[in-house]
Amino acid sequence: MVRAHDEFAETVGQPLLNNERVKISCSDVNVYYDEKHAIKNVSVEIAEKEVTAFIGPSGCGKSTFLRCLNRMNDTIKGCRIEGNIVIDREDIYNKNMDPVLLRARIGMVFQKPNPFPKSIYQNVAYGPRIHGLARNKEELDEIVITSLQKAGLYEEVKDQLDHTGTGLSGGQQQRLCIARAISVQPEIILMDEPCSALDPIATAKIEELIDELRRNYTIIIVTHSMQQAARVSQRTAFFHLGNLVEVGDTNEIFVNPEHKLTQDYITGRYG
Amino acid sequence: MNKSQARLDLVKSGLKKRHFKEKTFKSLGIAAILAALAMLAILFVTIIGSGYSAFQQTFVRLEVFFDRELLDPDSTGDPEVLSQADYGGLVKKTLRNIFPEVKKRRQKRDLYKMVSSGAAFQLREMVMNNPGTIGTRQTVWVPADDDIDMLMKGHISADKEGSGRIKKYKLDWINHLKEKDALQKRFNFALFTNGDSREPELAGIWGAAVGSFYTMLVTLLLSFPLGVATAVYLEEFAPKNIWTDIIEVNINNLAAVPSIVFGLLGLAVFLNFFSLPRSAPVVGGLVLTLMTLPTIIIASRASLQSVAPSIREGALGVGASKMQSVMHHVLPLALPGMLTGTIIGMARALGETAPLLMIGMVAFIVDVPTGIFDKATVLPVQIYLWADSPERAFMERTSAAIIILLAFLLIMNAVAVVLRKKFERRW
Repeated sequence: MVRAHDEFAETVGQPLLNNERVKISCSDVNVYYDEKHAIKNVSVEIAEKEVTAFIGPSGCGKSTFLRCLNRMNDTIKGCRIEGNIVIDREDIYNKNMDPVLLRARIGMVFQKPNPFPKSIYQNVAYGPRIHGLARNKEELDEIVITSLQKAGLYEEVKDQLDHTGTGLSGGQQQRLCIARAISVQPEIILMDEPCSALDPIATAKIEELIDELRRNYTIIIVTHSMQQAARVSQRTAFFHLGNLVEVGDTNEIFVNPEHKLTQDYITGRYG
Repeated sequence: MNKSQARLDLVKSGLKKRHFKEKTFKSLGIAAILAALAMLAILFVTIIGSGYSAFQQTFVRLEVFFDRELLDPDSTGDPEVLSQADYGGLVKKTLRNIFPEVKKRRQKRDLYKMVSSGAAFQLREMVMNNPGTIGTRQTVWVPADDDIDMLMKGHISADKEGSGRIKKYKLDWINHLKEKDALQKRFNFALFTNGDSREPELAGIWGAAVGSFYTMLVTLLLSFPLGVATAVYLEEFAPKNIWTDIIEVNINNLAAVPSIVFGLLGLAVFLNFFSLPRSAPVVGGLVLTLMTLPTIIIASRASLQSVAPSIREGALGVGASKMQSVMHHVLPLALPGMLTGTIIGMARALGETAPLLMIGMVAFIVDVPTGIFDKATVLPVQIYLWADSPERAFMERTSAAIIILLAFLLIMNAVAVVLRKKFERRW
């Protein structure tokens, strides 16, 4: 029997890891947009150096929850957040936490590729420059090139680093945004539906890249595509109307979901 | 089959009406554009038609003998003596030499009025620049009086007998000069290099142009930074609450306040309270700043709003502070729009007359201003002053000044377009 969705449901599956690999720990997180209760009592732990996928129907709050993790919601008027989000044993919503410092540790890739309307080089160099990560031009060059290499873009653009970033194709732009995100050497990368504006070939490239990146970074990806979640992630969290319904190993959740809603969603009967 | 045919017929029957509506709308639009273009053409044709002749001025050729007896009897060569000498007398003497038959007192006075009173200054200038001119005979072209100029240009007519301002004997003199080829129309440099004057043939727009330049300089230096800073703060940093709403409403209202009200404000505040100098570009600039600020703020806010939020998020996402995201990314993208708004505001300010009348910039000022605290007038006020003058020759000069002002406005708008194209970036 499915419970009424405005009730605060208990998350089933394995929301807590109870081991050493915990990178992010969220407890009783509630988010309100003015009067709208967008995230309801979400408690979950996210492991380091693996890919966690957030899935769920449109408007279920998965993007909202993702944006809580780097305090991107701070910029939204009327948004109120309750509960604790702890990264490396530090509450990111405590008064002493500077969101600028936090975002230097947590990179973000957005749904629509949004390179700055500057050169490819400047796009990647921007983060290291404002944080003062490079002492001279050579170091900056080094950072730009390695970031582009890690994002799998370097070979394609190495002769046109001074060309504008907005002139690239959609998939290249998105990889440029990934290069920009990893240029400041974050620990965590948040991806908000990074492939929703891309064609299947560009998507495949990004997925490959995500698989590559997870060796060094903790990655959280919001996706509409269950196939994508199944392909790239190790753990999956299913959101529904602001509730975190089920969390578990990706293999487990797609093969043997515990909750009726999860089962309906992944079998395509709902959403 | 029948049913779908019937549906198609239904659609078809309505189509005619729909196409007709579209055609009507299109032709109305074209008619509106043509009407606007026609008005513009009429404006340009009338103004240029009545103003182009002011770019020429009639000159009289004089064979001047710089008589040492008259100018420097003691051969001192002292600049003091030279500058005080009677050059008016020299001009009169030269004219008498051309027409030795003129004896009557009344006619003599008319003869002296053939050339502009500026002729004496011109001769003085020649001697002051080169004292060696004394004792020599020189051919000098001096501006003719405005009546003769008007006659030459056909703006006033005189029949064989002569009438009104142009007497019969004067007409004979003119014909005599014409026969000797001593009367010529030449390019009117004075119009561009002189300040205002009571004599139309000596009056120029340079004083007003410089006054306009200083006024615009003050306006630009104050209104652009203030306007952009206000817009950035309100749009990017200010909390959205009742106070910022009130401020926004007030700014929008300020943009609609009649400009003369700003003039009264300037009179009360800048002149009476702060005791700033009357008729000075600094006060004009301050008043026009008040008038231009709302325009710049509104244009800048609109252009900030049009910057995609994804750019802000991208910058914040790599850890830029709010300030950095605005300064490095949002502002450069919004700048073309801001510049356009500013130049449009400045163009409006350049053509503004009413508020400047209130702060005394309507005074008759001959000297070209040398700074923002000097007494000055501006181009549109100069036009107003000339349009008010009774001399026929000021009429064409009014039109000429309008042409020059329009040229300035066109240049400013062209600059706005070029700047926008230059800084515009593709997304």
